[in-house]
Amino acid sequence: MSYLASHPLRVATLLGGHVEIVAVALAVALLIAVPLGLFAARRPRLSPWLLGTLGAIYTIPSLALLAVLVRAFGLGFAPIFVALVVYAQFMLARNVVAGIAGVDPAQVDAARGLGMSPLQVLLRVEFPQALPVMIGGVRIAAIAMIAIATLGGYVGGVGLGVLIFNGLTLHQPQMIVAGSVTASALAVAVDALLRLVERRFATA
Amino acid sequence: MSSITFDGVTVRYPGAESDAVENVSFECDDGELVVLLGPSGCGKSTLLRTVNRLVPLAAGRVRIDGNDVNALDAVELRRSVGYVIQAVGLFAHMTVAQNVAVVPSLRGWSRDETARRVDELLRMIGLDPAAYRDRRPSRLSGGEAQRVGVARAIAARPRALLMDEPFGAVDAIVRTALQRELVRIVAELHTTTLFVTHDMDEAFRLADRIVVMRSGRVEQVARPQELFERPATEYVRDLVHAGDDVYRRYFMRGRALLRGLAE
Ligand SMILES: Nc1ncnc2c1ncn2[C@@H]1O[C@H](COP(=O)(O)OP(=O)(O)O)[C@@H](O)[C@H]1O
Ligand SMILES: [Mg+2]
Repeated sequence: MSYLASHPLRVATLLGGHVEIVAVALAVALLIAVPLGLFAARRPRLSPWLLGTLGAIYTIPSLALLAVLVRAFGLGFAPIFVALVVYAQFMLARNVVAGIAGVDPAQVDAARGLGMSPLQVLLRVEFPQALPVMIGGVRIAAIAMIAIATLGGYVGGVGLGVLIFNGLTLHQPQMIVAGSVTASALAVAVDALLRLVERRFATA
Repeated sequence: MSSITFDGVTVRYPGAESDAVENVSFECDDGELVVLLGPSGCGKSTLLRTVNRLVPLAAGRVRIDGNDVNALDAVELRRSVGYVIQAVGLFAHMTVAQNVAVVPSLRGWSRDETARRVDELLRMIGLDPAAYRDRRPSRLSGGEAQRVGVARAIAARPRALLMDEPFGAVDAIVRTALQRELVRIVAELHTTTLFVTHDMDEAFRLADRIVVMRSGRVEQVARPQELFERPATEYVRDLVHAGDDVYRRYFMRGRALLRGLAE
């Protein structure tokens, strides 16, 4: 704790960097995962394969994936950013598929029968109904990403991981503690916030 | 207003061994309430869903006002035909008013016109607009939800109404009330209606004519009275004489009275 007290600005700056990389990676991950998930949701035969592949990628240890990405992109922002986007795919796409699959079939039947076009059924009925489940996916992904992003301190010199890895090299336990505690606090705060949002969009 | 004609209608689902509906022909005249009656799985819903093209035909033709439905734009067709299902399917993330307004808004009605129509319909189905307009479907009873389902189906003044066991999930007392309201509304609006049920009593209470179905085929098309007096097959005879005949005759008369009052 003493490091946190003595270097609040340094911690705040690294926290800002941490939030930034997670937020941008999450946004990019969503741009890929939502269309991917919607595509899979429309093709029930294909979706186990797609989710299976994403799930397999998800089980690759993050350090191993990072090693490959560092070889491909070099040190810096890129490898950790790509790793975050890749890892998030499984959690995000899975919940898009589950959200759409969970929509009451009677509502979809009524929507079609009343004359909504396929796009209108998706945007006006399926998407709003699936939203809480999708936000649940965002929440789980965001928390995992906050944890994984600490590796950015190792390969890219960004985020709260910088404190953890510098602390390890410099034998400064307070730095390690400051980094981990702040990252955990961030995860808890994001979890609470997204739970609120999730509840806000719940229908039944 | 509208007539619906089935001409040799045949449906086969992908991978099925036999036809779900086989060579069905009959006509539902303008303003008529025709009931499709038969046991579960005999193809009633399938036949109903050929009218708004939710189910494609393997053979035959369905016409609405003489126009082949397959020649019409499917989405436009559905917006002009009301659709009510047993599971209701009210949109859970919308209010009662938003649910009722779905088809008017799809058809581009103005905000004022839609709002006025919503209130008018809520009053017609016996729900106070001020109390119900902004409610979520989760806060409606089964009977109220089904009433809103009916209001949603007739909101944009459809030329025909398709109802698939709409009152199957509500208790007996509410069901009777809903049936009575439906008879009144259909007579008032003069909307050509196809109504699916497996409940004999319901069929006899509501129908101008009954189409008796059995494993994808039509056994007989007749007025309720005729089904009693001149059943075309053994199957129809057994069907109409199962249960309480006297009771059923009583309701046929009750219904004729209701019609008389409405006209
Ligand atoms: N979407 C579908 N795919 C395949 N078979 C279906 C489908 N819907 C209904 N069927 C079959 O078609 C037949 C008629 O079903 P349905 O029209 O629902 O009967 P009903 O409404 O009279 O109970 C049944 O054998 C049913 O199993
Ligand atoms: Mg059915």
